[in-house]
Amino acid sequence: MAELRALVGVKRVIDYAVKIRVKPDKTGVVTDGVKHSMNPFCEIAVEEAVRLKEKKLVKEVIAVSCGPKQCQETLRTALAMGADRGIHVEVPESEAERLGPLQVSRVLTALAQKEKAGLVLLGKQAIDDDCNQTGQMTAAMLDWPQGTFASKLTLEGDKVTVEREIDGGLETIRLKLPAVVTADLRLNEPRYATLPNIMRRTTRQPGRWEATNPSLHRPPSVVLQPLPVQVYHCTYS
Amino acid sequence: MAVAAWQGCARLSWWRVRPAALFASRRGYSTMPVDDTINGLNEEQKQMRQTVFRFLQQHLAPKAREIDQTNEFKDLREFWKQLGHLGVLGITVPAQYGGSGLGFLDHVVVMEEISRASASVGLSYGAHSNLCVNQLVRNGNETQKEKYLPKLISGEHIGALAMSEPSAGSDVVSMKLKAEKKGDYYILNGTKFWITNGPDADVLIVYAKTDMSAVPVSRGITAFIVEKGMPGFSTSQKLDKLGMRGSNTCELIFENCKVPVSNVLGHLNKGVYVLMSGLDLERLVLAGGPLGIMQAVLDHTIPYLHVREAFGQKIGHFQLMQGKMADMYTRLTTSRQYVYNVAKACDEGHHTPKDCAGVILYAAESATQVALDGIQCLGGNGYINDFPMGRFLRDAKLYEIGAGTSEIRRLVIGRAFNEAFK
Repeated sequence: MAELRALVGVKRVIDYAVKIRVKPDKTGVVTDGVKHSMNPFCEIAVEEAVRLKEKKLVKEVIAVSCGPKQCQETLRTALAMGADRGIHVEVPESEAERLGPLQVSRVLTALAQKEKAGLVLLGKQAIDDDCNQTGQMTAAMLDWPQGTFASKLTLEGDKVTVEREIDGGLETIRLKLPAVVTADLRLNEPRYATLPNIMRRTTRQPGRWEATNPSLHRPPSVVLQPLPVQVYHCTYS
Repeated sequence: MAVAAWQGCARLSWWRVRPAALFASRRGYSTMPVDDTINGLNEEQKQMRQTVFRFLQQHLAPKAREIDQTNEFKDLREFWKQLGHLGVLGITVPAQYGGSGLGFLDHVVVMEEISRASASVGLSYGAHSNLCVNQLVRNGNETQKEKYLPKLISGEHIGALAMSEPSAGSDVVSMKLKAEKKGDYYILNGTKFWITNGPDADVLIVYAKTDMSAVPVSRGITAFIVEKGMPGFSTSQKLDKLGMRGSNTCELIFENCKVPVSNVLGHLNKGVYVLMSGLDLERLVLAGGPLGIMQAVLDHTIPYLHVREAFGQKIGHFQLMQGKMADMYTRLTTSRQYVYNVAKACDEGHHTPKDCAGVILYAAESATQVALDGIQCLGGNGYINDFPMGRFLRDAKLYEIGAGTSEIRRLVIGRAFNEAFK
């Protein structure tokens, strides 16, 4: 529908081509000075959203990334691929290690409601943790239908038909919008951002969210650390 | 069952985005990171390098060896269109003609990344995007720009530039290709040699003598835009070169070739200004070529030194090898800073022949030395063609010769100092 807004989550992960090294103290992998880029499945999600916009089925594509300030590079890539706006949910470096699918789905839930998104597109999983949880959790929190492992997506009116890759083969389901869809490998082949798109200037208009915003800290049935969050809006002109 | 086979395939490559990526990493070839903060690039330029790098490593680097061995780039036309789509063929062209409207630093970075994947394709790219396209932008009139630029920028057409002749290389002003005016046409007679992209080019900028009796001799040169298919214009077979194989080079033959008067580029008999100012920018942008080659040498050598073992340890830990790594790295980084800074200055309008010659002089000679060191680091493996080290050396050597030999570049710099003391 021409009024539909798509919210696309993008995660900054260690680049797929990098040789991963374990830290000497064995507490994790080396991330300092290592090349990072957008999660490949998130790229596929962004590409799908941009294609829907080009077909005039989606009005606006909003990219979201949660993490320390380097996430803005990932948002820039999403913007260069064709997203209209980028939202960076800033999490300080010290807290970033504890940022997992549960916290991210809370953020996406709140943002989807605030931005009045009708479609939340995510990658099926991140290549660093392989959790495969964020999409499903977000759908549950929003109480929206979900189409995960999508290899084909068709928007018709207020319904979206999703062809899913499952263990037994392919499953086709139809969801009523608003819905959450997670992208699998064969959904599309992401475009390379063209030079003119990369070079277009960004204008920044900070929009702040208070850390005490109650919608970000729903009464949890599991006790979790509250995260201080600041949101900046990056807009292309 | 077909589905089961497909699922098996899916599991193998589930986290690879594109099949080419799987192939590339199966060969165990990784690349060394480039510290663009030290290089002084801004955020957009860093992202540009990343994007172009990813595209090239997946679509060009796997083909580089075959291109070199067969002296042919089979998918050249298709690749050119992909480059056009990315926006790199018209980097310095203003947006109104479909170009990207960026600067020389951006052009140098892209040139570097293409050369990193395949130096010969990088040379063809440089000849197309700078020698041909940029000259059209700087010297063409509106009609010429609107006629020729769009297809050159989209990648449908390939461009070239022809100034050298069989007996006029460094002494380019003594060229013998004649252009005589006959009505609405100029009739060209003669030959050009060493022309990159010659066999494939659709649009060529050709320098010819319109006034054989001019004094000084340089005042008789005019630049023309020649199209493939113009009567009397033909090319002879590809040259079999030591390096830059795959970047097709040949002789151009003009036998009463009719070129319309409207295709004069710049002004009659003022071609030497087009030529000389073009040469400065050519040297600047082509200096990105040796940078890319040096980076490619490092990409292959540093990991190898940390895998190969001798005397019970990785050879990268021996002092002499550490010394080699340091020498290669500092040669690359110093060349880079020089090239990037001169490019930035040119972007600000400050453009000196002395430094444009200096950057390619320094970068090219550094690249040959780094490539030699690269072969040495790989030892016996550096000597066989299964590894690309030999190709890097053969490709690097060209940059000491093309775009003005090192000797000419030294003359240019020396004479610039002489001028200051006249």
